[in-house]
Amino acid sequence: MPIATHATSIPVVVDEDKCIADKGCRVCIDVCPLDVLWINEATGKAHMRYDECWYCMPCEVDCPTKAVKVNIPYLLR
Amino acid sequence: MNIPSDIPVTDVDVLVIGGGTAGPMASVTVKEKNPQLSVMLLEKANVKRSGAISMGMDGLNNAVIPGHATPEQYVKEITVANDGVVQQKSVMAYAERSFEMIEQLDNWGVHFQKDETGDYDVKKVHHMGTYVLPMPEGHNVKKILYRRQRKHRVIVENRYQATRILKDKQGRASGCIALSTRTAEVIVIRAKAVILCTGAAGRIGLPASGYLFGTYENPANCGDGHAMAYHAGAELSNLECFQINPLLKDYNGPACAYVTGPLGGFTANAHGQRFIECDYWSGQMMLEFFRELESGSGPVFLKLDHLAEETIQEIEHVLHSNERPSRGRFHDVRGNDYRHKMVEMHISEIGFCSGHSASGVYINEKGETTVPGLYGAGDMASVPHNYMLGAFVYGKICGENAAEFAAARNDIPELDGAFIEQERQRLLAPLQREDGIPPNQMEYKIRRIVNDYLQPPKVTRKMEIALQRFREIRQDLPYLYARDPHELFRAVETQHILDCAEMAAVASLYRTESRWGLYHYRVDFPERNDQDWFCHVQLHKTSDGAMTCYKRPIEPYIVALDDKEKQAYNQLRVKKAVNA
Repeated sequence: MPIATHATSIPVVVDEDKCIADKGCRVCIDVCPLDVLWINEATGKAHMRYDECWYCMPCEVDCPTKAVKVNIPYLLR
Repeated sequence: MNIPSDIPVTDVDVLVIGGGTAGPMASVTVKEKNPQLSVMLLEKANVKRSGAISMGMDGLNNAVIPGHATPEQYVKEITVANDGVVQQKSVMAYAERSFEMIEQLDNWGVHFQKDETGDYDVKKVHHMGTYVLPMPEGHNVKKILYRRQRKHRVIVENRYQATRILKDKQGRASGCIALSTRTAEVIVIRAKAVILCTGAAGRIGLPASGYLFGTYENPANCGDGHAMAYHAGAELSNLECFQINPLLKDYNGPACAYVTGPLGGFTANAHGQRFIECDYWSGQMMLEFFRELESGSGPVFLKLDHLAEETIQEIEHVLHSNERPSRGRFHDVRGNDYRHKMVEMHISEIGFCSGHSASGVYINEKGETTVPGLYGAGDMASVPHNYMLGAFVYGKICGENAAEFAAARNDIPELDGAFIEQERQRLLAPLQREDGIPPNQMEYKIRRIVNDYLQPPKVTRKMEIALQRFREIRQDLPYLYARDPHELFRAVETQHILDCAEMAAVASLYRTESRWGLYHYRVDFPERNDQDWFCHVQLHKTSDGAMTCYKRPIEPYIVALDDKEKQAYNQLRVKKAVNA
């Protein structure tokens, strides 16, 4: 069966000006229980790659530069 | 056949699968008991922030503290709350070591609330006894566990999803196969004993929001251990006793009545009236909750708006900084303020979780499953109402016994290479297809069917339809398609979810009575039938691959109950005043 891609609004937002993933930081990527945060190849910064969030907040709380914000997923709001 | 040479094999003495709550405790205990043994803690996420308590915990729900409660009282309470279907010995094994564990954790730096005399500040939430101990600083539990793992040199392997338990020719658990969630590498861990600590099966049903990962449980806890134990031939117990919990509607996290109750908050109907006497989570309480929800007085709310400002601030501090801290953020978006209005509640999707109900991989008071060398602890194993403290205690019990089992075994386990190769091919197949069914779609379909046909009230014909649909979905497995290792990891989880959904239907159909309030409320068998069903329902895979149930008798009680006590949880609805 062929595959389509469809748009989804994602809850975790990374402020690229504050994010230091391009300097080697991996804190948010490491702590995410669902492994949904990855490096954006284009920018070298962290981003949410899969819309599979438990809004549990370790990424935001553990981020050393306060670059990560966890929003409540739209479907729950 | 030998193990294929391109599959890396790591040898350890004890393998612990799951690094949430019970797992870290089990791994540290093995090293404390026998520092000569090597221990690996395998985790699909990262042990720093994995499992149900990734952001800590706001309290102990089942603390058995001298001066406040006795182990005998606790065993009685849990027996009654479970309509008598418990193995008292395994509940007692927890209760007797509950206080010792609190002191151990206190000693490790986990802070519990104490009163002005320095005594533990235990609160009454349960119907009969007093067992709830707040942890206002409970957000640091995972850090404390992590430090202990480091200190004892536990080998930690993060981001590997275990997929099958390996056994040797004698049938002893001898390790596992695992898949890297980031590279799709397949590895083998060979071990002399295995402890499963994989948490609840919390991703079987679909949350009210429809968001696949908006589950009550940490969605990483999707029934891996239940599925692995099943395929290894272990027995599972009481699976028809579903977990269903009262929650903040849509947010789908705990409200949390155990925190708010002792401070004056309560569960109310639309008129702001109390309708249950006791907020302790039991099937009977959930049935009353469900009835109110469906009635003209519904829905149900958490009522705090009558409390003083300082009490509300205390509640907010605990609820918005521990366990599920995004609760506060949810309230902000909704315009919920505890001071001014009641907050809408709902019931959760179903799951298997012994932490709150009684379903799970069957273990005895030593943490042993029915497969030699395979142990189980925490939300995954069958000791009822075990909560976080029970996960720690059984993690410790399993650690002690697995250490002994592994030390007594002086062979290098002989593994079946053909099975390992076959398993590798099964795991990697979705990655090798050109197109097909994405795991999220198959998962959605399974979980939607669970909601439509298995969510109580249970109806025989509906559950039969569910079973038929699950077996049809099984025919679709050869079409599962993954575009990258992450999706492949989800494809593995989807198969575990399918196994659990099928087990939920089979076990529920087998028990032809109603029991545990809402958890197993069968509309076409509405009465409790002690004559035929005062027993455990055990589910396992037979040698020809069939999913089968049978009755396991309840072991003789070690703590007797009188008739009045037996009825304690049957009268939870607030009685109307005579002149009302």
